[in-house]
Amino acid sequence: MNEQTNTVNNGVNVEALLDAREALTAAPEAAKFKWRATCTWLNGTHVSSSVEQFYGLGEEQSHRKEFTFDSDHPEIFASEDNGATPIEFVLVGLAGCLTAGIASVAQNRAIQLKSVKATLEAGMDIAGILGIDSDVRNGFDGVKVHFDIDADASSEDIEALVAQSQKRSAVYDIITNPTNCVVTVN
Amino acid sequence: MTKQQFTDTIVIGAGHAGLAVSYCLTERSIDHLVIERGEVANSWRKERWDSLTLLTPNWQSRLPGFAYSGDDPDGYMSMREVIEFIDDYARFSKAPVRTGTTVTSLKPDSNGYHIKTDRGEWHCRSVVIASGACNLPAIPKVAEAIPANIQQVTSWQYRNPDQLQEGGVIVVGASATGLQLAEEIHRSGRPVTIAAGEHVRLPRIYRGKDIQWWMDAAGVLDEGLDEIDDINRARHLPSPQLVGSRQHPILDLNVMSGLGIKLVGRLMGVQNGVVQFSGSLRNICALADLKMNRLLKTIDEWIEQNPDVSQFDSLERFDRTVVDEDPCLGLDLDDSGIRTIVWATGYRPDYSWLDVPVLDRKGMIKHDGGITDSPGMYLVGMPFLRRRKSSFIHGAEDDARYITQHLAKYLEQTTV
Repeated sequence: MNEQTNTVNNGVNVEALLDAREALTAAPEAAKFKWRATCTWLNGTHVSSSVEQFYGLGEEQSHRKEFTFDSDHPEIFASEDNGATPIEFVLVGLAGCLTAGIASVAQNRAIQLKSVKATLEAGMDIAGILGIDSDVRNGFDGVKVHFDIDADASSEDIEALVAQSQKRSAVYDIITNPTNCVVTVN
Repeated sequence: MTKQQFTDTIVIGAGHAGLAVSYCLTERSIDHLVIERGEVANSWRKERWDSLTLLTPNWQSRLPGFAYSGDDPDGYMSMREVIEFIDDYARFSKAPVRTGTTVTSLKPDSNGYHIKTDRGEWHCRSVVIASGACNLPAIPKVAEAIPANIQQVTSWQYRNPDQLQEGGVIVVGASATGLQLAEEIHRSGRPVTIAAGEHVRLPRIYRGKDIQWWMDAAGVLDEGLDEIDDINRARHLPSPQLVGSRQHPILDLNVMSGLGIKLVGRLMGVQNGVVQFSGSLRNICALADLKMNRLLKTIDEWIEQNPDVSQFDSLERFDRTVVDEDPCLGLDLDDSGIRTIVWATGYRPDYSWLDVPVLDRKGMIKHDGGITDSPGMYLVGMPFLRRRKSSFIHGAEDDARYITQHLAKYLEQTTV
């Protein structure tokens, strides 16, 4: 239905993705990935996290280089504000995942993107984390994502892009559905 | 000592698909037998709920050499009528059916296949599996974590609301089954919550005609394997939100909400007696709305190219699915008075008797339009076997003709 044309270029190698999909359908074990991060406490609420190694396609893999991220809390929390709060990293993850998904789906549907801008906001009652009210959950009470998209497509096609991106997004799934989380200590 | 018998072809299952194959085999004078664990149309007799009516209109009920001949072509058959229809077909086609005969194993042997049943053994050169797609309920793993005081009923076991405890009910699944059961249980006076994952929204009537009429006319039902991007997806779509009745022009989640049924996301987990629902409900509904509108647009475009536009009602669009600003993400089963969970989460075939290496890692038979990798073994009566209409009774004819043609050639080539 959606003929691929040479003129559409969102910088996504859809051919490679579709080839990978076919290859991994035949070899399901290779599709099993493990994502990793390490984190070191610096001082106060300031910590430094890094990612480099991960596992996939049946073997150890590595990013082009190590990426590090400082997280902290703002000064109104009596912290030094050396970086984004961990909870903002969750929004960054969601925005990055959905937007990358939009680019990929658009490429696959031969829709040329001109600009994509996401604005995210998540509500949170800190009475939860401060232990003031046990009826209030620690996490977000909801997340709002708004996209401004300029593309060569009807508004219905753009809406479908955004919907499909959510359907295929890992971080969207992690946020909307429960995940088993095991924490151990030596 | 068990008697061993020989025939060219054995068809497993005397439902509409197996009988359609039998008719085509008889046309070609191929010696065969149809083995049926129960009676003709057994699943329709024993494994469906009382109020179920066929999702396709009567005029569409046709099988090779046979068609609905009643006086209500636009109506929908009740289960009793479906059973009668298939029974009539078995009589009309003089199908060689062995009822009350359960296959216990099917293995390859030197000349084809060896079939053991609880009533004798057969050797045959080719075999057609027509045992159906809906032998067992498919229940998500999370069911194991539901507290023991909650009654769990699958759509496979469900007959009517009297089976359920008094009190609140969660119906899990928003296919045709989920919505029909939710409505019926709601009408029995039990408060109902419906947990909706991915679903297919479709109106019963569009621009004055049955949706099946449109899909037939616009060629959607005839779409074949090579016209579909993702056949695996097409084969596993939940059944569209339809009911065999003209009571609602559309039976959808908005109708459910209108009745007072509570709409929540896909049931994802249970923790400390609280069932958790996905926060993706809004997007799941948006996807279903978009997909429905795409189909309606296909129909509109078909109408535009039709010389006689005046015979159709004017263009219409249905309201978007209304989802709460803040949909419920968790329900404490005890606090909210839930007594029963009804799993309307689909079915799967039972191949426990099949001892031929043709299954994929999900336990489904690998096949190319009904032809398996095991020479002389065929599959019919599965969703989108060869065409979109394969899922329906009237879709069996094209599939049966194709399969029997291939099978006949196979028998010819392997004749010694």
